Amino acid sequence: MRSPDLGFRLVVGAFALALVAVVGAIAFELTRQGWLSIERFGLDFWRTSIWDPVSGEFGALPFIWGTLYSSVLALMLAAPISLGIAIFLSELTPPVLRAPLTFLTELLAAIPSIVYGLWGIFVLVPAVRQMETALPDVLRSLPIFSGPPLGVGMLAAALILAVMVVPFTSAVAREVLRTVPLTQREAAYALGATRFEAIRAAVFYARTGIVGAIMLGFGRALGETMAVTMVIGNNPRVSASLFAPQYTMAAVIANEFTEAADELYLSALVEIGLVLFIITLMVNGLSRGLIWAMARRSPARAA
Amino acid sequence: MFDSRLLTVLLYVSLAAACGGGSSSQPASTAAPASASTGQINGAGATFPNPIYSKWFAEYSKANPAVQINYQPIGSGGGIRQVSNQTVFFGATDGPMTDEQMKGAAGPILHLPTVLGAVVPVYNVPGITTGLKFSGPVLADIILGKITKWNDAALAKLNPGMKLPATDITVVHRSDGSGTTYVFVDYLAKVSPTFKSTVGVATSVMWPVGVGGKGNEGVAGLVSQTPGSIGYVELIYALQNKIAFGAVQNSAGEFVTASIDSVTKAAAEAAANMPADFRVSITDAGGAGVYPIASFTWILLYEAPQDVAKSKAMVDFMRWALTDGQAFATELGYARLPPNVVDLELKALGRIKVS
Repeated sequence: MRSPDLGFRLVVGAFALALVAVVGAIAFELTRQGWLSIERFGLDFWRTSIWDPVSGEFGALPFIWGTLYSSVLALMLAAPISLGIAIFLSELTPPVLRAPLTFLTELLAAIPSIVYGLWGIFVLVPAVRQMETALPDVLRSLPIFSGPPLGVGMLAAALILAVMVVPFTSAVAREVLRTVPLTQREAAYALGATRFEAIRAAVFYARTGIVGAIMLGFGRALGETMAVTMVIGNNPRVSASLFAPQYTMAAVIANEFTEAADELYLSALVEIGLVLFIITLMVNGLSRGLIWAMARRSPARAA
Repeated sequence: MFDSRLLTVLLYVSLAAACGGGSSSQPASTAAPASASTGQINGAGATFPNPIYSKWFAEYSKANPAVQINYQPIGSGGGIRQVSNQTVFFGATDGPMTDEQMKGAAGPILHLPTVLGAVVPVYNVPGITTGLKFSGPVLADIILGKITKWNDAALAKLNPGMKLPATDITVVHRSDGSGTTYVFVDYLAKVSPTFKSTVGVATSVMWPVGVGGKGNEGVAGLVSQTPGSIGYVELIYALQNKIAFGAVQNSAGEFVTASIDSVTKAAAEAAANMPADFRVSITDAGGAGVYPIASFTWILLYEAPQDVAKSKAMVDFMRWALTDGQAFATELGYARLPPNVVDLELKALGRIKVS
């Protein structure tokens, strides 16, 4: 019985290695093709904000900023909603409703992003514009609400990303909550906990998985391209304003790659891909670290 | 090269397509012995002329079944890259290749104008549905963000009697690299020295103000929804979607609304001093009735390609496209080439090695 065992190990091991190899190959190719730009701009690529294809000056800061800003905003909106959906579906829904509601939230994940983008242009953006126009002048003077109410811009992008992230985050969070052992809840009730307190205990028990679910959503938001480029306004300027048109890394690659004729320009676009890759890795690393730290602390709390 | 990979895939796909069609084209090629089977001729480039190129290739193949031309509309920049690397037989572009790009190619490349397009300013001004007039310098100042209100004195002077509102101007530009952008900024750079020095001319530029929409439809969508906005789209797109667009003052001082005729006129004027390599910008062309934001679109061919059979087929096709093929232009919304330009091109085709 040893040899089939060994064969199985080798096969699944090869699958795992293939994945690592693909990640490595992507990093290598991005570095190779972006080398011209890496050599020319060095670290300045990360911290300058001029993106001028005519004069051949490239800095990625506005795109890095736009990507992180829109993703963080999206998560701030999506995380509480997703958690609410997950709790409702796993703890509170009447059994009759559970299956159809679960199905509907997961259906959102199946909508192609270009469809979200069109919905964004024709429904969300006009609604956002009305909201922006209706904002009282007192608030308008705040830096985060400065600029003309265009509709397209950071707010519209964050909203559309939030809608796109919710199904992923809520689905994973729901599964995680389901894995909380029944004994946890029963123990809580036995101690005289209210329903709210029992749910709170379950959420606490599942917290590392919930953080993982949120990070999965963050990864999705970082890389989203089509829907965002249709509503964000595509203007490479660093701004704290929610109303300002901004730009993301994935969007600039999608927009400019086909027409980038000269080598340095092409190389700078590839380097943006590399930057996005590195930032995604860092976010994943951070979330791993966070989960690890939480998991390590948990036995102490439980005891 | 990054794109060589993509192209390999494309090549496999087209090879598969060629093999699949091989059995049916075999008897046809014997029926037309004049043009021996050349295999598939691959081309790639500009998206703007794609509708007419597709029409041409389809029509031409009906009459000459041995010639199968496959065109991928991947963008002008991609077309230039791929023809330079010889991964496709011909390229197509909305903006002529720069001297530097010409040096990077595998040999001398001939630019052949095929049809003409134009770019028009579209606007959404509350209370004004049609008839707005612009001059080149005013348009440039709007795009540069120097003119910020619709009731600015400069605009009011061009549009006497119109009730221009005090609305803020929102500039909408293309976010994707595009030949349309190239033609538009090429014109603005000619009429405004400030525009030339601060923004410059390319398929993607650093816009001083405004928001970006993806594609003609993205720009048109944003303009139609944003009160006080101005953008630019291809003439064909505006005509097909019945979008109102502004008239632009030409160098003779007339306000001309773009039409297929006024665009062809621009080309006829330019033909008088056409450079031998056809790399000419016809924006801001002189003459009466000329619409100033117009441009040729080009097919790029090597003067001395290795595959002479393909070269012969392609030159024959070009002769057809420049003469009989022009008849398809108007119905598809393109301006046809003026006869004097066609004559010059037919002569230039003689320079291409076919045997």
